[in-house]
Amino acid sequence: MPVIAPAIGQEFYTDVFARIMIVTIAAISLNFIMGYGGMISFGHAIFVGIGGYSVGILASHGIESAYIQWPIGILMSGLFALIIGAISLRTRGVYFIMITLAFAQMMYFLSVSVEKYGSDDGLTIDSRSDFGLSFFDLNDSMTMYYLAFVLMISCLYINFRIVNSRFGRVLRAGKSNNERMTTIGYPTFRYKLVAFVIAGMMCGLSGLLTANFEDFVSPDMLFWTFSGELIFMVVLGGMGTVMGPLGGAMIFLFLSEILSNITDAWHLIFGPFLILVVLFARGGVDGFLKKYEGPK
Amino acid sequence: MDYVLLAEQFFNGFQLGILLFLVAAGLTLIFGIMDLVNLAHGTLYMFGAFFAATFVQLTDSLVFGMILTLPTMLVTGIILELGVLRTLYERDHLDQVLATFGLIIFFNELFLIVWGAGGTGINLPSYLIGTSELPGGISVPDYRIVIIISGLLVALLLYLLVSKTRIGMLIRAGASNREMVSALGINIKLLFTLVFGLGAVLAGFAGMIITPITQAESGMGEGMLILAFVVIVIGGIGSIKGAFIAAILTGLIDTMGRSFIDVALMSFMDSVAAETAGPAISSMLVYILMAVVLAIKPSGLFPPKGA
Repeated sequence: MPVIAPAIGQEFYTDVFARIMIVTIAAISLNFIMGYGGMISFGHAIFVGIGGYSVGILASHGIESAYIQWPIGILMSGLFALIIGAISLRTRGVYFIMITLAFAQMMYFLSVSVEKYGSDDGLTIDSRSDFGLSFFDLNDSMTMYYLAFVLMISCLYINFRIVNSRFGRVLRAGKSNNERMTTIGYPTFRYKLVAFVIAGMMCGLSGLLTANFEDFVSPDMLFWTFSGELIFMVVLGGMGTVMGPLGGAMIFLFLSEILSNITDAWHLIFGPFLILVVLFARGGVDGFLKKYEGPK
Repeated sequence: MDYVLLAEQFFNGFQLGILLFLVAAGLTLIFGIMDLVNLAHGTLYMFGAFFAATFVQLTDSLVFGMILTLPTMLVTGIILELGVLRTLYERDHLDQVLATFGLIIFFNELFLIVWGAGGTGINLPSYLIGTSELPGGISVPDYRIVIIISGLLVALLLYLLVSKTRIGMLIRAGASNREMVSALGINIKLLFTLVFGLGAVLAGFAGMIITPITQAESGMGEGMLILAFVVIVIGGIGSIKGAFIAAILTGLIDTMGRSFIDVALMSFMDSVAAETAGPAISSMLVYILMAVVLAIKPSGLFPPKGA
């Protein structure tokens, strides 16, 4: 993919793939807690928003250095994940879904109500994060593209390493049987919280990239429907698989691109499609393919 | 602080609380009995608003239009249950969330196409436009009184239905032990369909009754849905009593917060800072309340017994 798109040489495709990779990072992060930790977060867009607004707000105060913006964005995402996680993880299952959704709504209203940072209209970012390197300028779409690519691969790798580490095994075991893990002496709450914070930071990274890519942040970034779409991407690609989020994000974004070209009312097709996927293609594309490939 | 304004805002908050209860009661019943997370419950609220607006415009009568809306909601609820939601009971919560999310997306777009971005509305008949003076110089629009009284009546009917009738007994039994109820020879599928229909009527009633004040708009249900989630998380999932108390509390805190928090903040910070922080804090108040309740009692104020 990184080679193909520039080879075609059209900026349109570079942008399409860059967007896919940026969204994929958010999907990887959600898959990490949802697919391996069993935490169905319906508020994951919060962290995209925090990452995005970190760039937007700092830039509006004239701080454009990436070395300030990026660490702050990631730390803030982690901090919020720590607070939200510490409260939400006291509960399980459906409570967790509702509470993360409620927190997402809260952050959405917060972003809408702060007039200083654009409220409803959002915040235009005049200048992308400055890395201070002449050969590494984010205004160049190829640089943006490769940055997104490298970060996405890193996130895939980090995710792969963590879920196969001892920490990841505890996390997965906690998903399949929390009581047993607690009984044999694992503080599963702490493991989940750490995972939630890692996911929050990774998702914040996606937000940092989004802000730079779009040159714009707005409350829409944290709207709850985006969290729902992220869940759908993860399920579509196959929950709890390493490459699933990439596949899911690609299919979702291509599909929405194609459908929205056919008709403005593409949600009319997309809604039923979503229901059909849930009812008949459980396990996502990955599971669907496996079913027809037969056991390997 | 202005005492008249305080009383008026109290009425507004109480009215929001009652609407929230009507939505949350169905949501919590459906979850308590069928173990179904129904994101599309806000869509039912929207259905109620659009049906009512359409029927009132067709019959040219507020009363007839509203009377027609309720059975239509029951039928809509039953069709949705039979068509889509029934297959979801056996699935896990994630599937339910996604499929009902699909329903929201579909219906919001559909209603947007049919009625446009502006939506539609109901004009109040002349006999409901005035305001009434309550003792103490508080004036309340007549229609708000209608909302509050009819909402309370519906809440009372729901209470009687659940606690005094045979159906209500089955509903309560279903909430505490589904398998046992069906083992005793009750047609649990029929019960589920009825409960879903009841939830649809309650949510539709809330959407219908508010439309003359606001508007029927595509996407109007989701704000309500998320607040109703907050309500049932605070009240304890599955508990109608909890939903009622939490709904009134949420309605009051949200409305009063929006009107008075900047005044309260101004007493100890300068007015510019208070005007900036005020809206931000007031929009977050109910969620902060939820976080506090959860930190103290993770299963809500009134967790249902035996669940």
